[in-house]
Amino acid sequence: MPSALVADLEAALAPARVRAEPLAMTLYGRDASVLEGTPAAVCFPESTAEVQAAVRIARAHGHPIVPRGSGTGLAGGAVPVGDPVVIVTTRMNRILDFDVEDRMAWVEPGVLNLDLSRAVAHLGLHFAPDPSSQQSCSVGGNVANNSGGPHCLAYGVTSAHVLAIEVVLPDGSLAMLGGLDPDPPGYDLRGLFVGSEGTMGIATRIAVRLTPVPSTVRTLLADFTSVEDAAAAVSGIIAAGIVPAALEMMDAEITKAVEAYVHAGFPLDAAAILLVEVDGRPAGTEADAAAVADVCRANGARTIRVAADLTERALLWKGRKSAFGAIARIAPNYYLHDTVVPRTRLVEVMNKVYEIGARHRLVMMNVFHAGDGNLHPLIVFDRREPGAMERVHAAGTEILEACIAVGGVLSGEHGIGLEKRDYMSLLFGPDDLDAQARAREVFDPDGVCNPAKVLPAGARCGDLQRVPEGAWI
Amino acid sequence: MDLTAFAAEVGADGPVVPVGSRTQWDVGGAPDPDAREVKAPSGIVAYEPAEMTVRVRAGTTMAELDAALTEHGQMVPLDPRSADATVGGVLAVGQSGLRRLRYGPVRDTLLEARFVTADGRLVKAGGPVVKNVSGFDLCRLLVGSLGTIGVLAEVVLRVQPTPKASKWYRREGLVDHRTLHRPSAVLWDGGTSWVLLEGHPVDIALGWDEVEGPPALPRYRRSLRPSKLPMLTGRFVAELGVGTVHLHDPPPLAAPDRPDLHARVKELFDPTGRLNPGRRVA
Repeated sequence: MPSALVADLEAALAPARVRAEPLAMTLYGRDASVLEGTPAAVCFPESTAEVQAAVRIARAHGHPIVPRGSGTGLAGGAVPVGDPVVIVTTRMNRILDFDVEDRMAWVEPGVLNLDLSRAVAHLGLHFAPDPSSQQSCSVGGNVANNSGGPHCLAYGVTSAHVLAIEVVLPDGSLAMLGGLDPDPPGYDLRGLFVGSEGTMGIATRIAVRLTPVPSTVRTLLADFTSVEDAAAAVSGIIAAGIVPAALEMMDAEITKAVEAYVHAGFPLDAAAILLVEVDGRPAGTEADAAAVADVCRANGARTIRVAADLTERALLWKGRKSAFGAIARIAPNYYLHDTVVPRTRLVEVMNKVYEIGARHRLVMMNVFHAGDGNLHPLIVFDRREPGAMERVHAAGTEILEACIAVGGVLSGEHGIGLEKRDYMSLLFGPDDLDAQARAREVFDPDGVCNPAKVLPAGARCGDLQRVPEGAWI
Repeated sequence: MDLTAFAAEVGADGPVVPVGSRTQWDVGGAPDPDAREVKAPSGIVAYEPAEMTVRVRAGTTMAELDAALTEHGQMVPLDPRSADATVGGVLAVGQSGLRRLRYGPVRDTLLEARFVTADGRLVKAGGPVVKNVSGFDLCRLLVGSLGTIGVLAEVVLRVQPTPKASKWYRREGLVDHRTLHRPSAVLWDGGTSWVLLEGHPVDIALGWDEVEGPPALPRYRRSLRPSKLPMLTGRFVAELGVGTVHLHDPPPLAAPDRPDLHARVKELFDPTGRLNPGRRVA
């Protein structure tokens, strides 16, 4: 006998698109983080009207809601807390319209990031934000998390590529935020919604900006005998007035893991490698590529390889973007961190990360967006090993504290979600958090939209957000 | 004056109107004449060229900021109409400069803001690094908010390298901005087009007439979907590819979708309506 909640959802959507059996509860109780929860029900709307219906039914039965895209989030943003109805947008995956003249497209939230770029490639356009999970992450998820990616160094993160968002609010009503003109009237609610991690409503249609594919691209791989040299090269490139399209660093451990998997010819004895991409018009691109090579050599690069063609370029990027898949050969679990530190403190923080790893007897790898100081320390471990999880968490906390101590922040791309919620007070004081809680209240006065995420309990005076018993945090 | 003293000056009682250099004083309507004027402190607090960020007090003029950045071959592409404009004023008004086509709008430049709330508290939003998703993006809410939900005191801005070369060109007729590579600006007045290209000297060479700079811009602005611009008639200067149109007459007032949400922003951040009364964001 299905519950009244499930029966109502089935009546409003379709029985096949509502799930409440144990397998679904387990599957949709997790995202790509190490956290778990349990939903009250999971549903798969196919239209804005169905999203509205699902929201209203959940509310009528006293359940909160949790929006979910592909579930690739790394901070527990889509992990159900508070017995919610999980509203999954993966079936809303149509590209509704693209406009070549305005270089924009209207898409549904479930469209996969890479599918969007592939769909407009024949127009010489692409969607610039390129998270490493772009084969599986959704544009709706990108909006929720203000996702980045290697090429955001020059092109900007998701927020710079979203023009307008149709949102279903927690009361089931519709709102259009932003617009297709440059300065829509009112406060920038679109800018506030991007990166709100599902706490302000559910995006049901998104107008994205499309970016021309550059005419000339040069991809360079430089390898170094020390992390310090590689980091000095990063600073040198920026100091030379060059903002590469992408500037990535991989340390020795991750390079070995990736090479064993993709066979791209990454040097196995390097302490660190830099993957640098410059693009633009021919003269400027060649000049930038030459300048990048000079800076790398001046900072002790052993070899500099320039991708000869598209195939080689794709192979180098495959190496970088499949890093997290490659480490499955080493251990079954990984815990991926995401912080940003001032560029000038990169080496100091990296050495600190290695030191923390050694002290906790953990394998620590680094693959990250060096150009914007966005570190991704990666702890590889086996969950089945007694005490492993505790050591991983202890090391993670120390890494965050070290980053914030040098003027860094909690997250550059992955968001706060549940994972880092209780660290927010390392970065923000009570008055700062109160201001953020007010912003959330604009959209969700009752705190029913992805409750218990982003802001710690008590962020707003009179805030009674409690994590329910049994939630695994 | 330090930030704490400025927060105390804004205080928690009575209407206040934040003042920069009054270079865009006509935006958003007339402020309450009885409101007390408050001026944010000025000065560059920290500038590390290698970080490509600068921390600056909101009362600093753009001229002063530009001078400090130029020394290191860097810039903040806000391009206000007047170099006398203050950083806080440019952000609070939120009108982007002429190079928006390439560098994006004002709101993409603000990384961290310290602002004074309606009850006189000093609050931090965002963070001092070029990439940050720690918490909600209040910085974007503040840009263009005309000081109606908080008074900017100190900000961290994203800095860009100054392009190696830049050239303005003029050409008769409508130039399709999409045929150019990352132009910084493409303007059109219904008859003539002006193009700003920046970058490597070889890349920005065009066989068109070189000119000193853009045409004089009319005083008012209107925001339109970019593809609508070629249909414009009358006297105007339009930013092609962006959608901003510069006009001689005030444009019709536009109302946002769901004005109730915008009103809630004001209510939640300024329940007594003491911040810049008289000025309208929407």
